[in-house]
Amino acid sequence: MSATSDIEQLIEIMSRLPGLGPRSARRAVLHLIRKRSQLLHPLSETMATVAATARECLNCGNISTQDLCEICTSNVRQTGQICVVEDVSDLWAMERTGMFKGRYHVLGGTLSALDSVGPEELGLVRLEGRIPAEDVKEVILALNATVDGMTTAHYIADLLEARVRVTTLAQGVPVGGELDYLDDGTIGAALAARRPV
Amino acid sequence: MLYLESIRLARFRSYSALSLSTQSGPIAIFGSNGTGKTNLLEAVSLFSPGRGMRRASAAEMTQHRAEGWSVSGLLYGSDRPRDIAMRSRDGAARSLRIDEKPATQLDLGRLSRVLWLVPSMDRLWIEGAEGRRRFLDRMTLSFHPAHGESVLGYEKAMRERNRLLRDGQRDSGWYQALEAQMAKAGAQITANRAAALTKLISAQNFSETQFPTARLTLTHPDIPLPVTEADLRHALADARPKDMAAGRSRIGPHRVDLYGHYQAKDCPAYDCSTGEQKALLISLILANGRALVADTGSPPILLLDEVAAHLDPDRRAALFDEICALGSQAWMTGTEQSLFDALGSRGQYLRVDQQSITHVRA
Ligand SMILES: Nc1ncnc2c1ncn2[C@@H]1O[C@H](COP(=O)(O)OP(=O)(O)O)[C@@H](O)[C@H]1O
Ligand SMILES: [Mg+2]
Ligand SMILES: [Zn+2]
Repeated sequence: MSATSDIEQLIEIMSRLPGLGPRSARRAVLHLIRKRSQLLHPLSETMATVAATARECLNCGNISTQDLCEICTSNVRQTGQICVVEDVSDLWAMERTGMFKGRYHVLGGTLSALDSVGPEELGLVRLEGRIPAEDVKEVILALNATVDGMTTAHYIADLLEARVRVTTLAQGVPVGGELDYLDDGTIGAALAARRPV
Repeated sequence: MLYLESIRLARFRSYSALSLSTQSGPIAIFGSNGTGKTNLLEAVSLFSPGRGMRRASAAEMTQHRAEGWSVSGLLYGSDRPRDIAMRSRDGAARSLRIDEKPATQLDLGRLSRVLWLVPSMDRLWIEGAEGRRRFLDRMTLSFHPAHGESVLGYEKAMRERNRLLRDGQRDSGWYQALEAQMAKAGAQITANRAAALTKLISAQNFSETQFPTARLTLTHPDIPLPVTEADLRHALADARPKDMAAGRSRIGPHRVDLYGHYQAKDCPAYDCSTGEQKALLISLILANGRALVADTGSPPILLLDEVAAHLDPDRRAALFDEICALGSQAWMTGTEQSLFDALGSRGQYLRVDQQSITHVRA
């Protein structure tokens, strides 16, 4: 493979990243090559490390470089609250606000028979097990207001209600809206004004 | 007064590029078969939520898949004019911008109301319930812009439930969760439809139209449709065993049918003559238009494709009078200009040739 085609391939791979197209990928690659020591080398080394170590936290489904993520290993995060989110990007959005001090459960999707996603795929048995194990008093559902999101919220509330307080984020998460697209203030307000399901 | 002041098409169906100015009031469009009259009306139908009057996918609307198509126009409504721009690339569903800002179908539905009659609806009263239900929902949507969201949400939850039924799934919590969504959206759908029907019925009765009055009722097979959210939720839960045997949901607003009865002749719509059936539909569209004037202060945009077919000259003339009285921008098509003679100088005339449209005199 010639040098040019390696670079072409890098551009092609980069252009498949969310938010990048062929044009921006070319610009990014050119920039990386020009800043070889400040950017390209550290980037490739960090990527190799992450590629070797990144995995799902066995407890909550967060992305981590260990078996358990930092949130699950930190004792101060065991506040008796678990926030249930659809995706790791939602977890990150919650963390950005700095307002939630507890732990998470990442579903990795929503209940959908048509997409072959059932309760097992969402790790709900694991979530149930965490309630006694982590002395959980409240489960906060931070799911999107889509049909699938609301169905999932209903299902989880039904499953856990007898054992733990189940609440949901107050209005503010718009229909089809994703946590990741909301500003921190909106998420914080929705968290503060959460209500029983 | 709601109307399109201009419309621009690019790579849309038979039009590679078209730019057209129009005024409020009736628009008579004529040209030979296959010249692009219906394509133009379809483009206008996209100025309301949904897939447009052919219910085609965005991909079907062009032969330039990658580059895609665009339809835009200046819409005059109750307040200021809005620049509406729609486009589809790579076969994706159309994206929408209103005054250059990304907007949703619901935003469009709040601004714009478009109703249509197309030749395939000539058989509406004699064919399956689905077509009548769709007709009912489009009229309902014109009064309740969020109705479309309720219908989509309901259908999504129902498809999920049907899948569980077919898979023989036993997890009752899963059914409950879906049935809660169906009941919530379903009760909203039922309430919207009932409110719309009430408005339609009174707009018919209070008018002295030459088009027949229809007695309209909503029916549901086997049992009365549960109306409230709680009743529908319980009915769905109770129906699970039988639904599982059937492999589908048998109760709910998705089974509702619109029954029409030609009042003056005391005859069900499906037994009326072809021309009478069409007159009934026109009568409903006009009633819908009048009810919208009462409701929103503005008549809807009307799309009446091949409207002259099955109408005798007297009924045609009466229709033009009704449309003028209503004040709608009514886009009407026919093969000959002479079909619109009774409209006279009250209308705008567009001659359609392959790819081009020219304004002509009355
Ligand atoms: N996606 C498309 N791309 C290009 N041409 C199309 C497309 N869909 C339909 N057409 C053409 O449009 C013409 C029909 O136009 P139409 O508006 O239905 O005619 P009419 O004037 O009879 O209503 C046909 O010749 C058909 O080939
Ligand atoms: Mg046609
Ligand atoms: Zn974790």
